[in-house]
Amino acid sequence: MDERRVLLIEDEPNIIEAIRFILSRDGWRVDTHSDGNTAMDAVLRRGPDLIILDVMLPNKSGYDILNDLRAGDDTREIPVLMLTARGQKKDRELAEKLGADKFMTKPFSNGEILATVREMVG
Amino acid sequence: MPKSVLAGTRIRDLRTGRGMRQIALAATCGISPSYLNLIEHNRRRIGGALLNRIADALETDPSALSGGAAATMTSALDAAAEAHRDTRPERDRADELVSRFPGWARLIEAQYSEARRLEQIVERLDDRLTHDPFLSASIHTVLSNVTAIRSASAILASGEKVEPEWQARFHRNIYEDSQRLADATETLVEYLDAEDNEGHSGSLPQEDVEYWLTDRNWVVTELEADPGADIEAIVKGSDHLGSDAARHIARQFLRQYAADVFAVPSVPLKEAVAETLDPIRIATRLGVSLPTIFRRLSTLDADLPGDGMPFGLVGCDGSGTLVFRKPIAGFDLPRYGGACPLWPLFQALRQPMTPLQHVLEVSGRDERRFQTCAVSELGHPGGLSGPVVVTGWMLITPMAQIPDHVVSQPVGTSCRICPEADCMARREPTVFLPRYTSGGLP
Repeated sequence: MDERRVLLIEDEPNIIEAIRFILSRDGWRVDTHSDGNTAMDAVLRRGPDLIILDVMLPNKSGYDILNDLRAGDDTREIPVLMLTARGQKKDRELAEKLGADKFMTKPFSNGEILATVREMVG
Repeated sequence: MPKSVLAGTRIRDLRTGRGMRQIALAATCGISPSYLNLIEHNRRRIGGALLNRIADALETDPSALSGGAAATMTSALDAAAEAHRDTRPERDRADELVSRFPGWARLIEAQYSEARRLEQIVERLDDRLTHDPFLSASIHTVLSNVTAIRSASAILASGEKVEPEWQARFHRNIYEDSQRLADATETLVEYLDAEDNEGHSGSLPQEDVEYWLTDRNWVVTELEADPGADIEAIVKGSDHLGSDAARHIARQFLRQYAADVFAVPSVPLKEAVAETLDPIRIATRLGVSLPTIFRRLSTLDADLPGDGMPFGLVGCDGSGTLVFRKPIAGFDLPRYGGACPLWPLFQALRQPMTPLQHVLEVSGRDERRFQTCAVSELGHPGGLSGPVVVTGWMLITPMAQIPDHVVSQPVGTSCRICPEADCMARREPTVFLPRYTSGGLP
């Protein structure tokens, strides 16, 4: 069975370590990237089954990256889980409008993120 | 009983019946067209001095617009009913409620007014949460640290086997994040305490003035039409200027605005702008000071030629305190504390009357570039024996593209929310984590 691959685009190093640990232990291969400007290059290079995308990133917002993902022939079908520190209705609506499959507000639990990732790539 | 006609509807009917445009009536009464539009659609209650001014402009008696006290109360009840349609109030019997149970009617009206007041405070606080760069960054930092601590501690407490190397790593992470969390929380508390000490509910006087100007699209139509217009009437006509301090700031702003319009009326300004957007060339052509042109250009958003972009404007006094902030997307202006010491605005204070042009790259989550022109001017309001008062101004224009040969200067909003860890001008630590480069774990 092929290894399932997650690309985590997030710039907070300790959140990266925790999520990476949780998902790796669950059998996922976890690649990480932290810069908004080069996120699309990382997606094309890694070819993930799922993307976990933070909204607030250096140089380019997660919303802009999501927009680029949904406009790209090779990336528009990749499931995206958005992470944000703001969980207001308008933030969620914007993420949905741009094509996010799931939306999760910080602080989330390990169980929540694991269950969501499993659900998105069953 | 017939349903009462609301005051806003009466105003609209009377205005259209007289062939008067909304913008003309708004200008005459000293309010923005958008605000008049809200009144005419019964989304803002009206009374007092503003009702009298509208009545004067429409050459009618105020009571003809308000319909008297009973009609005013009926209007208020109807607005309350509109806001809570789900309760299905008998709106066609509001008149009856007012006449038979005036005390209950007053209670409903008072509760609705109080609810609206509280809603407006919530709206402002929400707006601040969204647009106040310091608050937004602080909350983001707190939530990110909480998330990291929660995840790492849950891993350690799960009871599952965790390799010693990872255990040490997560212990270290929890320690680091808890320190950052403590720092960020302390900073946030200081910030919120500073607000409480100002004794306001939702905004500072300067912010009230900015809300007021935003509602007017930063243009004072009455003074554009006549720089000798009654400033006091303009101030009294605003619902935003709720404190003496806010009204004082507004009067100062309006006096400056009137002087600027007198020096550079709208027509020659637009003629000059049609030829160039270079503020120095415009100032030279019109024979006025550069700060005057900065302030006049900042009123032109809706009128710029071609694909011209709007201007942001920031002003400071000799201490570096920001005293004027017309925001522009992507260039955040701090509400509290000092701004980035690298802004050319502050360099200009040291070189009075010398314009400084720069291309700035604003550090942060979304780096953007702006063309800026800064200058300071000296004043002697107390005569030769009085102190010299210096004021700095910086005009800000976004740049869609930047030529390769142009060197941009990195700047931030304020030290607390600037990620440039190595900045030589930094005066205090940032609440952000240090810049993190991609690569993940070894």
